[in-house]
Amino acid sequence: MNVADKVEVLLIEDNMNDAELTIRALKKRNLANNLIHLKDGAQALDFLFGEGESAGRDISVLPKVILLDLKMPRVDGMEVLEKVRADPRTKKIPVVVLTSSKEDPDIKECYRLGANSYIVKPVEFENFQAAVSELGYYWLLINQPPT
Amino acid sequence: MVTFNDAPIRKKLILVTMLTSGAVLMITCSAYFIYEFVTFRQATVQQLSTLARVVATNSTAALAFDSPEDATEILGALKAESHIVEAGIYNKEGALFSFYPADITVLARLPDHHEPGYKIKDSFIIGYEPILEGTRSMGTLFIKSDMKALNQRLQLYGGIALAVITISFFAAYLLSNQLQKLISKPILGLADTARAVSERGDYSLRAKKWSNDELGALTDSFNHMLHQIEVQRKEIKSFNQELEKKILERTFELEAANKEMESFSYTVSHDLRAPLRAVIGFSNMLLEDYENKLEADGIRLIKTIQSNGKKMGQLVDDLLEFSRMGKRELNVVNADLDKVVKEVIQEHYNSNDKLNVDIKVNPIGHVRADASLMYHVFQNLIGNAIKYSSKATQPEVQVGVIKQNGNKIYFIKDNGAGFDMKYYDKLFGVFQRLHRQEEFDGTGVGLAIAHRIVSRHKGRIWAEGVVNAGATFYFTLNDKSFNAQEQ
Repeated sequence: MNVADKVEVLLIEDNMNDAELTIRALKKRNLANNLIHLKDGAQALDFLFGEGESAGRDISVLPKVILLDLKMPRVDGMEVLEKVRADPRTKKIPVVVLTSSKEDPDIKECYRLGANSYIVKPVEFENFQAAVSELGYYWLLINQPPT
Repeated sequence: MVTFNDAPIRKKLILVTMLTSGAVLMITCSAYFIYEFVTFRQATVQQLSTLARVVATNSTAALAFDSPEDATEILGALKAESHIVEAGIYNKEGALFSFYPADITVLARLPDHHEPGYKIKDSFIIGYEPILEGTRSMGTLFIKSDMKALNQRLQLYGGIALAVITISFFAAYLLSNQLQKLISKPILGLADTARAVSERGDYSLRAKKWSNDELGALTDSFNHMLHQIEVQRKEIKSFNQELEKKILERTFELEAANKEMESFSYTVSHDLRAPLRAVIGFSNMLLEDYENKLEADGIRLIKTIQSNGKKMGQLVDDLLEFSRMGKRELNVVNADLDKVVKEVIQEHYNSNDKLNVDIKVNPIGHVRADASLMYHVFQNLIGNAIKYSSKATQPEVQVGVIKQNGNKIYFIKDNGAGFDMKYYDKLFGVFQRLHRQEEFDGTGVGLAIAHRIVSRHKGRIWAEGVVNAGATFYFTLNDKSFNAQEQ
């Protein structure tokens, strides 16, 4: 469990392979320096609100962007999104849904719950790399986060 | 005025009976009448002649003794017969000797050419009776009688006949009215039953059999026919029900099979993507990080993994696409197909600026269809046309529409590799290809997708190909002759 004084990217992803590919892509552009990877929704919520496993964390330290997978055990991505948007402390954090699902209902629901962006993980390596590094660049460097 | 032919049976029967009895009555009465007329007339003449002879015989003395007063007295006896209107005695010279009655004028002389005997003239009987003394002719008796007796008698007879005929007619009417029921009731019964059956469509009705004659036989045949119809209708109905049931079952099975296949495709492709991503991703990472530590052959091996992974990725995407085509609801609008075709072609130019295919586009207009699905169809067909004509010296693709039998047939034609019509039935199958991977890249799902979309729009899709000369793909939408079985 990383206890960091600075969190830029919170990657919530249960698939270790996808996580490795994502982190690699961000690393290539030096965007993974302050990245935290959590493997399921429950851990993620604990982290964000300083509860459970992350009890005692300084929750004023919040990520600049959350990369959120949807299909996860225990607590899935939709629930995390909902809870993040429900809490005044976290509701302004940009959330990028990064998932395998291309299904309309999922897309609709994520936007309804307040996702900032919805990206379907490409199968092709180059495309995957490009997508992640571009989104990382955008949300961390180009986009102005809310104060 | 209703003709006899169209009159009700009851009336016909009554009329026939009355006519028959009428004719019989007429004949009988007439015969009797005539008989009476003739015999009575004969009798009357006979009577007169007898009377005349008696008078003539009695008058001989008067004539012999030339005593007109005696003759008048004798003639006066004719008073007893009221019908005698004139009588006269002529002497043998033919001169009037005596006459009766006293107040009339009789011919003074006997007509020269009179015939002895009795004749009827002008409704009087006139007779000349010779007065004979032995064989000596003394004179002639002229006697004239009227026919009133005969007339009265005939009138009486006429009256009686008329009364009899009238009463008989009446009786005949009453009798025939009742008796005709024997014949007409069964017929009417049969007619009523027939009408009831045809009006209500109730084939369980039966006509009542009244007798064992021809009508009875007709009734039997009629009932038998109804029975047969009833049986057949039941059979047809149960057959139809069976058929409906079977159709429902088949349709259900078909739908279930379709759904299963679609959900299978979806699950498979969806769940395959993550591990596939890993295979591709990690083989790429391997190459990136350890390329310099590998020999050429090692690199080749990894590259093989990569390209196959890529291929598999395409397959998975296509399969996913195929399953989605079946599931989605059609969003039918007035789709601008010209715009769709333009977009498809533009995209090809965008992704491949080395494209040297001559694409001729004819206007194809609007159609009621799901625009984005139409995009897929054209993307696939035009994409194929471009791909398979890429090796021709002067690749050419044509897009257009022809009208036939009220349907619009869209076509995409190319002059490329074409295909062998021998394998036509494989053309639209999933993952079926008619060319090798080395010749032309592809997964074999594109046409299956196009076929599925066209079917969902109640259209037909077909193709003609000549090896190395090119191929033309045709399709219709909202086809009037669409047969649900073709789905």
